[in-house]
Amino acid sequence: MLAYVIRRVAQSVLVLFVVGLVAFAMFRFVGDPVDNMLGQERTQADIERLRETLGLDQPFPVQYWRFLGQAAQGNFGLSYRQGRPVADILMERLPATLELAFVSGLLALVGGIALGIFTAIRRRGAAANAIMTLSLIGVSLPTFLIGILLIYLFSVELGWLPSFGRGEVTGLGGWWTTGFLTQSGLKALILPAITLGLYQMTLIMRLVRTEMLEVLRTDYIRFARARGLRDRAINFHHALKNTLVPVITITGLQLGSIIAFAIITETVFQWPGVGLLFINAIQFVDIPVMAAYLMLISVMFVGINLIVDLLYFAIDPRLRVDRTAGRGT
Amino acid sequence: MTTPVLSVRDLVVEIPTRRGVLRPVDRVSFDIAAGEILGVVGESGAGKSMTGNAVIGLLDPPARIARGEVLLSGQPIQNIGREALRRLRGKRMGMIFQDPLTSLNPLLTVGEQLTETILEHMPVGNAEARRRAIAALEEVGIPAAAARIDSYPHEFSGGMRQRVVIALALCAEPDLVIADEPTTALDVSVQAQIVALLKRLCRERGVAVMLVTHDMGVIAEAADRVAVMYAGRLAEIGPVREVLTAARHPYTAGLMASTPLAGHGRRRLRQIPGAMPRLGALPPGCAFHPRCDRAEARCRQDPTPRVEDCGGRAACWFPLAAPADRQEAGA
Repeated sequence: MLAYVIRRVAQSVLVLFVVGLVAFAMFRFVGDPVDNMLGQERTQADIERLRETLGLDQPFPVQYWRFLGQAAQGNFGLSYRQGRPVADILMERLPATLELAFVSGLLALVGGIALGIFTAIRRRGAAANAIMTLSLIGVSLPTFLIGILLIYLFSVELGWLPSFGRGEVTGLGGWWTTGFLTQSGLKALILPAITLGLYQMTLIMRLVRTEMLEVLRTDYIRFARARGLRDRAINFHHALKNTLVPVITITGLQLGSIIAFAIITETVFQWPGVGLLFINAIQFVDIPVMAAYLMLISVMFVGINLIVDLLYFAIDPRLRVDRTAGRGT
Repeated sequence: MTTPVLSVRDLVVEIPTRRGVLRPVDRVSFDIAAGEILGVVGESGAGKSMTGNAVIGLLDPPARIARGEVLLSGQPIQNIGREALRRLRGKRMGMIFQDPLTSLNPLLTVGEQLTETILEHMPVGNAEARRRAIAALEEVGIPAAAARIDSYPHEFSGGMRQRVVIALALCAEPDLVIADEPTTALDVSVQAQIVALLKRLCRERGVAVMLVTHDMGVIAEAADRVAVMYAGRLAEIGPVREVLTAARHPYTAGLMASTPLAGHGRRRLRQIPGAMPRLGALPPGCAFHPRCDRAEARCRQDPTPRVEDCGGRAACWFPLAAPADRQEAGA
């Protein structure tokens, strides 16, 4: 078990090094930021001075090493566009994205698992069939279209919910801002959270349904029925636990992508999170921001994957057995 | 005579399909008394497991009991409803499945599965349920049961797992156990142990056992009486010695002649020509007549014979005479 954890952590670090290289390569190959930062009225001396300030005059390996060292300490340099430390800008924006991702993820997970179980248990019922048909919409419509449709319906036509922004936010501890504590903040969260979570929810739902149907056909479920256990115990105790093993993998990856692909939702709803920051950074070739965003997302992905792998141990006792130990059959 | 634990009367199971109604079980009747083991043999698809599933109420839709009665200690249970049937399962009748590797939930400990079943059917608390669970494991011969109770199924060997399955089926003390090929998936040496265990539990507790198998050796070893099924119908039923050594139904005789017996030297095994007809294409009359060398016009024309119509032993218009067959089978 410990060896497994160490191996997985080592793999994670390797992945981060590679992503770091890609992030850093952007500095070299995507346009010349100096051109953008200085206006038309620049002199050669201005350019040289700025290059020196930003460290762009150093050789490639030196720049990469410095980049990694700084990045490990959370320092991604100055934003080309805003002239402020990238870490500060990210930290300002991160709470918005994390809160959105959290609510969407919760929606996707709770809604997906609940609906998945429901459609599996009542698979011949009219309601289950209706849900399955509707879920096709969730899978096939692109995120931005769902967002725009929701805005049209609930903001433009009904006027119930705001169409953009985060509403009123409250500061917490000086470094976190939350929209959970104000009414306008909560209202502003609803549409983006649905937009972002709908696809994941339908995906999880279909996955849970398929797995559950599979598990309900197994011998141990038949045996549980033959012992006269209640349907509730069979469905939620015996079947659900077995359903969750494969579901966790996909769900973990999906939660990672909720954070990563919040970009589209944040753009549609002008949500002041890191996704929107990233889109704006691309327009201005603000490479430090882009690189930092890339690193941040990869850290989250790798971290979530690591947690998922460890969750297997919590759920499936078969994995807890030492692999070298013989297993009687 | 006392009421048998299980009485099946003219049981018909039907599966409606697009091309007509199939009858995997057709007018089958038998009794099992307390403390008795009835072996049910037949080829794959003969309706053995389907009969067991029908008795315990676990037919997979669209299969359903179309006619007939299932009496548990004299009480009809074939139409008492889903919830009432659930209460009987485990408590009054248990079931043991073929593959011990897949019949235990891999994510729950043996103890969790046992206590859950005990708590469902017995008016006891958690501590008492756990004590009984340990006792149940001890009874089926799990060594160090108190220590093994918190183990997961994968930590047991195949034979031990089948013992756990038996403990689970018996933990709420049912009167009837349906064992659906309980030894098929096991090593031969383990098979004998499991058969001996079933036999002992049956004798000690007075449980009625319906032992579904296609292994003649298991039947000879464990069963008191044996029922032979062919194409969903009962071909022959009777005390195990008589049926095995002096079969009356030509199918049973053919089955015996095709079974290798240890200690009988080398002899050529006979085979029954042809194959069991598919359920959708049963011949009129006796289902066995196309393969039977004794078949006459009556076998093709008259309605399918039942055991009851032909003297209570074999469902055959022209049964074999007992002594002649004894020599032929070499017993």
